[in-house]
Amino acid sequence: MPLSSPVFRAIATCVVPEAARLDAAQWGEMEAIVARAVAARSRAVQRQLALFLAVLEWLPLLRYASRLSRLDPVRRATFLNRLQRAPVLLLRRGFWGLRTLVLMGYYGRSAAAAEVGYRADARGWEARR
Amino acid sequence: MSGSQSYDVVVIGSGAGGGSVAQELAPLVRDGVRILLLEKGPRLVDQDFSGRELEMADALYQDGGAFLTHDGTMTLAFASAYGGSTVVYTGTSLTAPQRVIRAWSVPGLEHADLTRRSAKYAEQNNVHALDDALINDNNRLFVEGGRRAGYLVEQFPVNVKGCRGSSLCNLGCPNQAKQGTNRVQLPRAERAGVEVVTRAEVLRIAPDRTLHVRVAERPAGAKGGPSEWQPGDHRVQARMVVCAGGAIGSTALLLRSRLPARLPRLGEGFTCHPALIVVAEHPHPITNDVGHPKSYYVDHAESERFVLETCMYFPFVTAKSLTGFGAAHSAIMRAFPRLQMILILACDHAAPGNRIAVTRAGTPVVHYRFTPDTIDGLVRGARAAARIFFAAGARRVHAPADPPLLERADAGRLEERVTARHFRPGVLGVSAAHLMGGCGMGRTAADSVTDAWGRVHGLPWLRVADASLFPDSLEINPYLTIMGLADRVAEGTRRDLGGIPGV
Repeated sequence: MPLSSPVFRAIATCVVPEAARLDAAQWGEMEAIVARAVAARSRAVQRQLALFLAVLEWLPLLRYASRLSRLDPVRRATFLNRLQRAPVLLLRRGFWGLRTLVLMGYYGRSAAAAEVGYRADARGWEARR
Repeated sequence: MSGSQSYDVVVIGSGAGGGSVAQELAPLVRDGVRILLLEKGPRLVDQDFSGRELEMADALYQDGGAFLTHDGTMTLAFASAYGGSTVVYTGTSLTAPQRVIRAWSVPGLEHADLTRRSAKYAEQNNVHALDDALINDNNRLFVEGGRRAGYLVEQFPVNVKGCRGSSLCNLGCPNQAKQGTNRVQLPRAERAGVEVVTRAEVLRIAPDRTLHVRVAERPAGAKGGPSEWQPGDHRVQARMVVCAGGAIGSTALLLRSRLPARLPRLGEGFTCHPALIVVAEHPHPITNDVGHPKSYYVDHAESERFVLETCMYFPFVTAKSLTGFGAAHSAIMRAFPRLQMILILACDHAAPGNRIAVTRAGTPVVHYRFTPDTIDGLVRGARAAARIFFAAGARRVHAPADPPLLERADAGRLEERVTARHFRPGVLGVSAAHLMGGCGMGRTAADSVTDAWGRVHGLPWLRVADASLFPDSLEINPYLTIMGLADRVAEGTRRDLGGIPGV
């Protein structure tokens, strides 16, 4: 799957707006997490993901006369929101899967966990006293 | 082919069922009985339990915790490791409700017998109620809010010893406090002479009782030790076989084994307690990611088809479980230190079409559709959770609604704000960890796969000892019930072993 593609980046920054502020190394870390998760899935699933990304890139042409990666953030969010509520399960499920990958890539980084204030520690109560 | 060996009993799987069977049969080793336990997952050492979310999910869960139902609308979480899912649960240990066992109507299965056997394992695994001093705010607020909202809040007995409150139970306890089969039953079995082989997947069981076993290499950089056997394909001959690979694992194995018995119910009757995480934001930080995460519950299974449990999850799982995306989603995530969490479990029942199957390649596939009753259980549970959150002082609640944030002003109109139309498959992050059915117990092959002792109809040498035996939903956390049933399977195996000829 082209994880470094403009469409994936456009979706990622729409799902997690803070992702737009990641530097190159942090993006690399996020992409590596997603790439590892995708690599663990079957070839068929990998192909479906790549196809779904391509469909998402071009689908907005019908309504906005623009590719998803070139839409302004408001229209991009509106488009993805429609997708999330689509009457067709396949579209809802596809978006849910992509959203899950983005959230995994972003919040799976220890820096992001720390940023949101997550402080779990193996030492438990001892670490808080 | 790396080798061919023969054993008297082969147990497949090392979780609540397999671990208990191995322990109960272990004394037979002294009498010369050869017992082998095969576990598909790795054997982790204490230092492997890092508490890091993605790393531990990859190491312990099947598909990294991302095993999906066939239509992709629900995630099924189950472990693949020495100790099975007892490594990754929160240690909550309840005995089966009498009304559920009665409703199962399995001839020869009595609630009193199951309770007595479950109590034995509760004692072995140090099941007790945690001291008040160890209860965190996330749990305390559930108790306070629940009681204010008029619910009966009960404390979970848990199987911990020396719990330090890492809150990381679902990633495997980093302090070895949780007393799963990996800490109690399996070491006892091994000390008594049961041979345990990890990274060993049983591909199929042949009609002549030969097990086709594939031992995997330890992948570079992976957690856990190498297998005790050489990597490659092995053949194992067994007088008796006990399948305890979990609802999905055992059912899929029997399905792809083409057994010499007619079992029309094999794979049917799958249920799972679909679960939804809901969160609420408090005005001040609370202790939530420290302390045992799941200490209390509200049981409305009988009246409204839901159970509420306290819970606390990790950043990615939390993010995935919230609905929506964008700035509103991020704002909830940034409130993490102020979040209270509740897990809603719907009590689903076995329904036609909800079943376990295998692909042509033998890979398990779970077909599951939410029934209106199950969705109703989730809706009622979400409303009850919101009532508890607000009664506990939360200023807003994130729940399946449109928009998903419920403000305090919404507290009086939850019936209007939280409805079944917001529970659309493919929109919510629904997951399940209590996977049940597929090899249900009953009277004959027409209504079940096994008898009340886990003996597969028509195949006296083949037993099942895990949650796949449940003929319907248990409606509570299943581990002690699995152990109680496994105890019966072990007793039946001991009793029948002499009468089963060798191969």
